[in-house]
Amino acid sequence: MVAGGAADQVFVNLDHWIVGHTPVPLQTLVSIVISIATIIVVFAGLFALTTVFERKGLGRIQNRYGPNRVGPCGVFQPLADAVKSLTKEDVVPRSADHVVHYLAPLVLVGVVFLTYAVLPVGRNMTAVNLDAGVLFFFAVGAGTELAIFMAGWSSHNKYSLLGAMRAIAQMISYEIPLILSSVAVIMTAGTLSTVAIVEKQARYSSTLAHWYVFTPWGLAGFILFMIAATAETNRSPFDLPEGESEIIAGYFIEYSGFKFALFFLAEYLEMFAVSGLGITLFLGGWSAPFSFLTWIPSWIWFFGKLLTLIFAFIWVRGTLPRLRMDQLMNFAWKFMLPMTLIVILSAGIWHFLTAAVVGPKPLGAVIRWLVCALVIFAPFITLARTLERGRKIEKRTYRFAE
Amino acid sequence: MLGEGILKGLGETARNFAGSFVSAERLTTVQYPEERIAPIEATRDFPFLVYDGADWEAGLRCVACQICEKECPPRCIHIEKSKDKKPDFVGKAQFYPAVFDIDVAVCMSCQICVEVCPFDAIRMDNKFELSTTDRFGGLLWTKEQLAKPNEYYRQIHPTEAAETDERRVKELADAKAKAAAAAAAAAAKAAQQAAPGDGVSAVPTTPAKVVPQ
Repeated sequence: MVAGGAADQVFVNLDHWIVGHTPVPLQTLVSIVISIATIIVVFAGLFALTTVFERKGLGRIQNRYGPNRVGPCGVFQPLADAVKSLTKEDVVPRSADHVVHYLAPLVLVGVVFLTYAVLPVGRNMTAVNLDAGVLFFFAVGAGTELAIFMAGWSSHNKYSLLGAMRAIAQMISYEIPLILSSVAVIMTAGTLSTVAIVEKQARYSSTLAHWYVFTPWGLAGFILFMIAATAETNRSPFDLPEGESEIIAGYFIEYSGFKFALFFLAEYLEMFAVSGLGITLFLGGWSAPFSFLTWIPSWIWFFGKLLTLIFAFIWVRGTLPRLRMDQLMNFAWKFMLPMTLIVILSAGIWHFLTAAVVGPKPLGAVIRWLVCALVIFAPFITLARTLERGRKIEKRTYRFAE
Repeated sequence: MLGEGILKGLGETARNFAGSFVSAERLTTVQYPEERIAPIEATRDFPFLVYDGADWEAGLRCVACQICEKECPPRCIHIEKSKDKKPDFVGKAQFYPAVFDIDVAVCMSCQICVEVCPFDAIRMDNKFELSTTDRFGGLLWTKEQLAKPNEYYRQIHPTEAAETDERRVKELADAKAKAAAAAAAAAAKAAQQAAPGDGVSAVPTTPAKVVPQ
């Protein structure tokens, strides 16, 4: 396959060239260092860009400009923020557990960077091709919960602890739908390797790619995955652990200066990582949606999709208010969990409705699609009706605030 | 249906997002240092002292009565009375402030000093860009810094200034009429005294009681 041409493999070739020019005993080490350094530089840079775009995007959603003072159109705002957080005093509460308080942001950032090891950001551009890549991602990703609880506990502050406990309750609840919605993909692909999952989707029948999001179970699974991912990364509307208006900043209330910046960094990196996994599982990773677009380099496709998902995250943040704790839990256990199980069922039906069962290509494919969509849509309607039964939504009137 | 409201909300924010690039009316932000909106007439920030005429020191209306100093809630005004007296605009001998300082770091812009001043001597300014690198001396304004001409007052608060001017013109006229009446009465008295013999009117010859000061 020559798709993408030289530009597609430019970074891979550069890496090979550098490694090829180092002495043989050092080659493994240099290769590892290059992978790690690239991941850190690229995604930390993306973090810097995202902070300014998020602030500008939210501003536009609220009909204001957003930051526009530092540099042309405010693009150097992240530099100003970095200088600010580096020069601020690092306050540690006297009653804090100093060692754990110090370690929490480091563990968080470290764990989040580890998840990038298995993300295929382009063709042949995966740091480690693990056979159990998806499993590795979730296993390491669960470490963020530990780090968050370390931060909340060691600060010796009631708001920190409340925030950390909220975070634990939320992340454990939403990890289940997150993993279950990716189970459908793992079932269909028959592999846990992220590289293999993308390669399965990078095939084309006529012009359309075999992305799992084009199947009914894939579409529903993708939406459920992204909802669970939003909750997993503590972003609005699931930002209860931070809840500025309730518990000030939650688990990182006692952090200042660069440690606070590390928490901020880790939160965004987590968002990129889980978006990257969503792209890998459902949106075909680095592959192009149509066969005639394969000339665009694979890494452009990956980062394009990533930026689109980041924009969606910002959009949702600018739209939805924060959930209440009981709403959060009800949504996880009464809606997300049953829906993900139904998605798995639908994926199973999709697997067995082969051409031998539903007939030849054009009509058979349509029948297969509709049947699988019905398997998801009918329970969705029933579930939605059941959940909304007895609940009257009426316009709220304010007696005293008017 | 479940999720319908969320989609509507997303549509609304998308309209805002796209609209803010297209229509300038949506963006109400004023880009402050470059763009400014003219202050409304009733704007008030910190007090200043009004003077008449060209010489600020001679024209200062303040008579150092210290009412504002006593009324000021955060006590940001400091006045020292003069030893001698000067004639005011109606010609009456009055004290004047030897020292009149306002600490604008303390002032809370309540305008009580303006409300209580019987001499129309202190008024509110609309200048607000007062930042300085010296937070002690730089924010303690002396009477020289505080003194501004009446023309300036007319310019920033035209309605209020017109009322004040009208009142002061009337006061001056009254004072003049009073002085004229007094002068006329004195003249009549003098004329009466100069022409004795009528014997009708009883002229009080006893001098007024001297009240010990």
